[in-house]
Amino acid sequence: MDFILEPLNLVTFFPLVGVLLLLLLKNEQKKIARWVALVTALVTFGISLWVLSMFDASNPGLQFMIEEDWIQVAGWKIKYALGMDGISILLVLLTTFLTPIAILSTWKAIDEKVRDFQLFFLLLEMGMLGVFLAQDLFLFYVFWEFTLVPMYFLIGIWGGEKRMYAAIKFFLYTMAGSILMLLAILWLGIRQGTFFLPELIAKGGIPADVQFWLFLAFAAAFAIKVPMWPLHSWLPDAHVQAPTAGSVILAGVLLKMGTYGFVRFNLPLFPEAAVQLAPTMALLAVIGILYGAAVSYSQTDVKKLVAYSSVSHLGFVILGIFALNEQGIAGGILQMVNHGISTGALFLLIGFIYERRHTRDFDQFGGLWKVVPVYAVITLIVSLSSMGLPGLNGFVGEFAILLGAWGAGTAGGPLGTPLFAAFAAAGVILAAVYILFMFQKMFLGPITVEENKNIKDLNWRELLVIVPLLVFIFWIGLYPKPFFDLIGPSVSHLVEMLPTAVSTVLH
Amino acid sequence: MLLSEATTTGFDLFSLVPWIVFIPVIGLLVNLIFGRKWNERIIGIVASSAVALTFVVSVLQLIALQGNHHEAHVVPFVDWLSIGQFHLPWEFRVDTLSVTMMLVVSGVGTLIHIYATGYMWFDVRYKEDLKSYRRFFIYMNLFIAMMMILVSGNSYLMLFVGWEGVGLCSFLLIGFWFDRNPDTTFGDKNAFAGKKAFVANRVGDFGFLMAMFLTFWNFKTLSFTELFPDAVAHYSGDPALIWWITGFMLLGVAGKSAQIPLFVWLPDAMAGPTPVSALIHAATMVTAGVYLVTRSAPIFNAVEGVHIMVATVGAATALFAATIAVGQHDIKKVLAYSTVSQLGFMVAAVGMGAYVAGMFHLVTHAFFKALLFLGAGSVILAVERGHHPLIGGHEDEHEPHDDEDHHELFDPQDMRNMGGLRKRIPWTYWTYMMGTFALMGLPIFAGFWSKDEILLDAKLEYPVIYWVLVVAAFLTAFYMGRQVWLVFFGKPRHHASEVAKESPWSMLVPLLVLAFLSVFGGFMNWPFEGGHQFGHWLGYTIEKATGHALHVPAFDWGVAIPATLLALLAIGISWLIYGRNPLKTGQQDPLEKALGPIFKGMHNKWYVDEIYDFLILRPYQKLAKFFAETLDWNIWHDWFHEKGIRDNFQKFTRFLADPIDLGVIDRIANGLASTVKNSGEILSRLQTGFIRNYALSVFFGVVVILGYLIFR
Repeated sequence: MDFILEPLNLVTFFPLVGVLLLLLLKNEQKKIARWVALVTALVTFGISLWVLSMFDASNPGLQFMIEEDWIQVAGWKIKYALGMDGISILLVLLTTFLTPIAILSTWKAIDEKVRDFQLFFLLLEMGMLGVFLAQDLFLFYVFWEFTLVPMYFLIGIWGGEKRMYAAIKFFLYTMAGSILMLLAILWLGIRQGTFFLPELIAKGGIPADVQFWLFLAFAAAFAIKVPMWPLHSWLPDAHVQAPTAGSVILAGVLLKMGTYGFVRFNLPLFPEAAVQLAPTMALLAVIGILYGAAVSYSQTDVKKLVAYSSVSHLGFVILGIFALNEQGIAGGILQMVNHGISTGALFLLIGFIYERRHTRDFDQFGGLWKVVPVYAVITLIVSLSSMGLPGLNGFVGEFAILLGAWGAGTAGGPLGTPLFAAFAAAGVILAAVYILFMFQKMFLGPITVEENKNIKDLNWRELLVIVPLLVFIFWIGLYPKPFFDLIGPSVSHLVEMLPTAVSTVLH
Repeated sequence: MLLSEATTTGFDLFSLVPWIVFIPVIGLLVNLIFGRKWNERIIGIVASSAVALTFVVSVLQLIALQGNHHEAHVVPFVDWLSIGQFHLPWEFRVDTLSVTMMLVVSGVGTLIHIYATGYMWFDVRYKEDLKSYRRFFIYMNLFIAMMMILVSGNSYLMLFVGWEGVGLCSFLLIGFWFDRNPDTTFGDKNAFAGKKAFVANRVGDFGFLMAMFLTFWNFKTLSFTELFPDAVAHYSGDPALIWWITGFMLLGVAGKSAQIPLFVWLPDAMAGPTPVSALIHAATMVTAGVYLVTRSAPIFNAVEGVHIMVATVGAATALFAATIAVGQHDIKKVLAYSTVSQLGFMVAAVGMGAYVAGMFHLVTHAFFKALLFLGAGSVILAVERGHHPLIGGHEDEHEPHDDEDHHELFDPQDMRNMGGLRKRIPWTYWTYMMGTFALMGLPIFAGFWSKDEILLDAKLEYPVIYWVLVVAAFLTAFYMGRQVWLVFFGKPRHHASEVAKESPWSMLVPLLVLAFLSVFGGFMNWPFEGGHQFGHWLGYTIEKATGHALHVPAFDWGVAIPATLLALLAIGISWLIYGRNPLKTGQQDPLEKALGPIFKGMHNKWYVDEIYDFLILRPYQKLAKFFAETLDWNIWHDWFHEKGIRDNFQKFTRFLADPIDLGVIDRIANGLASTVKNSGEILSRLQTGFIRNYALSVFFGVVVILGYLIFR
């Protein structure tokens, strides 16, 4: 019993309680199914807040550690290990925060096989929490792969017209990367005699050339998940086809598993390779920023525009991580959260209008501000946060990332040249271009389509869904200190491991 | 004095400074939350008194500074963020420079708010959108708050927060009538103008960001207190660094203060309601670049040659924009290009290191250009009311005229539709003349003193710049002469101007106050013995930052007299062309006939918009389209992934399946292949037992693992 009540076990597996209850229901019992899922997700969120209240921000190490021997066969020592530090805490909170919001957004939108939908959703939440908390490579891999399954069904069953195609592409594409990571995990575990992450980091001693390949194998899985340019081809399909709630979680949390993976595994496990490959990663990131922004600008479907904008936004996160300094990594982690909130909110907003008009084509909109002012103003705020306006959350993360990337480009830094930061900053201009384009196309100008004249503004349930996100958009934007204070010590600790790597590469 | 006693008895007036940001925020929140049901009067009073209170707090800061011997005072507010060695508190900086800006912003801001309560009353009725009245004042208060963050921040980052914040307000207010064209037909020209402003500003902001990164990583701080004078004074002596920082900063200045090459957004910004043009696009926001250079004086002073770069940009802009202003027919467009040109004067001044002259011109320009814009607004409204009386409006019911007018496309801003207005709207006319004289630089008017100081500094050190500015000043007097003759003299060229109506007192009182300031405001820096008060006042801050005494050149009749004579000459020429034989209805502009293609070039803004369109916008659109459709979709998505990977994988699996006939592989491969193709069929299979089985097995797997862990 004590084991179950370990905070991290509770937070990770509480969604299973909801799953159990849902299994007792029939698909026709829609209302109960929705409430069961919502309450479960809310309680999970509550548990995560309880964990937050006990979290010691000044401690850079892993907290609430659970460490049990799990599987020991033929010299493999696999542990069941969960732990939380400043790198994962915000992502855990983001997951537990977005899940109830996403569930609430399905109240009207999902009307078929409601029970199954909610069941998969809770399973997905469990998987994601496991990913962010697992401290054993093998356990991490189990959770990592596990998340694929519910997401596959969420897209494949409740998605749009080409849902099966998108679902299978999503599944196969991400799996292809994961298999390389699995090989690297097995190699590491067998050679080092453990899969337990802290132990692996402490042991170190992997030759630089081997690190290089292991880094790439891990990076394959993570880069596809992020997705980094040019491995993003699954993303527009998955997003366009996924139901709204699926897109919210996909953009909000699932993609962050990739960027998180880089911070959690690639940097501390392969520090020398990380330094060596930092310019390459930064280059891909910057290409992604500019390319994603340009491609977004030319879309005619709102959802696709936002999908491609993720390629651009997550390019910033990757750039920050591979600046390999405190500003860059801390900014990158905060930006993961920011992107989850802003892009999650954008997908929700697109869902709202789609439920009303059953189209996402720009040509079908225009002049909506006059008809739905509340919806318009909220979309404006979220859009501005997405393009990094000071005072809103996006700016804080972007600024820290760019500052870090510039610092990494000064003499002796891992990136070698400030050009990465400069080109990324130019991406900020392009972001304004495509986001204002989107906003103008939808909300400004005269009303050109007759059907748009009688759209209803947001109702209470929809406001309830979106307002919590707005609160964080403002909170992080106006007073980011508490968030950075949570991230800071762990990131400093991580960066301290890297300079040694810097010196070995330099000499 | 009670207040100065208060400072000595311990109450710290400086501690009030955060209120300059929070009072306007409270104002906007009150209107946002409670204003839905309120009538226009209450909304206007709330918004205006918020700005007026801000002005009071700014005055208290002035008093506090006097009590502190003009020493800068920093009021910490919150610890904003800190990551590693990067610490950023939000601190308010009260020094003579920031207080000058606070007073201008909140003082002129208050007057414009009062004016707007009257102006917008009519505007929302002409646009038939009464609800927008509240929206307007919410934006305006937000702007004041952002502007205050900009001028009061004690670090480049806080300055930047305000800098982008005012850009947002500018975007919102330019596109205020976002479903209408300037001629009030439905369309989205205004929205386009707003977007253009935002994007052009973002280009400048990119420069600002770069400058900040360079500053931080070389001086390890963004705080003004730490940077100036110590950090910069002891910099390692790498001129390239200073060139980069100032160059990037100049890009930011070009964006915000509408200098070459980024000035193109400002004339389009006139799409916003006229009080917006006065407040944001003339008096305050666009001068932020001048403030930035003044604030960064030690950096700009650090290397020889940087001055000439900035001054050249300013002077070139001053001349270039002045030529365009000559060829405009729209009353606001003339003033817009005039603003670009005057901003060029200021940037040239601060560029030359004549910070006092630049800031002095910033202040007087805020007075007379706000006055001119508000006057223009009053003219436009008068014409509009003549054209289309509001039924049931203030006093507009009478004077019916034929209905046909309502259907023609009538531009109330076109000066060719005006003429003879001085008799119909005398108050507007007289105040407008005060602003005009100030802008022309006629002696004793405010603009004379400040422009003279710029020319004087230029003559002493940069003769080329001096001559460029002299020509620009000459053109200024000419286009203002042209405007005044066209608008106020001669005979009305349209029925609307014949029956134009004077504006209400809420609009005239601000005009009168600003007219007073435009006449006498220049005396704050009386350039003779015992004068130079404004210079000394700013000197406390600038000298402290740079560590050098300001050079105050003595008044030179050799500058003042030729400048005055040239202005008079320009007025004379404008009289010859437009005053002696007033334009008649439908007649072509005589200058157009005389200058031919040159006038066409001036009128079409030397085709800069078209050139940018051709060189930047369209190529980017094409590139984006190519990336999106061809590269990303046709090649990468369809060809590479679908054709290349998927189809070949299918072929491969078929090859394994058919000839080799491996049962297991056969099933999986075909399964995969057909799933993709026949999703419907698969889906029906999924719907039956498959999902449940899968989910159950996943679930049981987890339960078994957990059970093992718990009960082992």
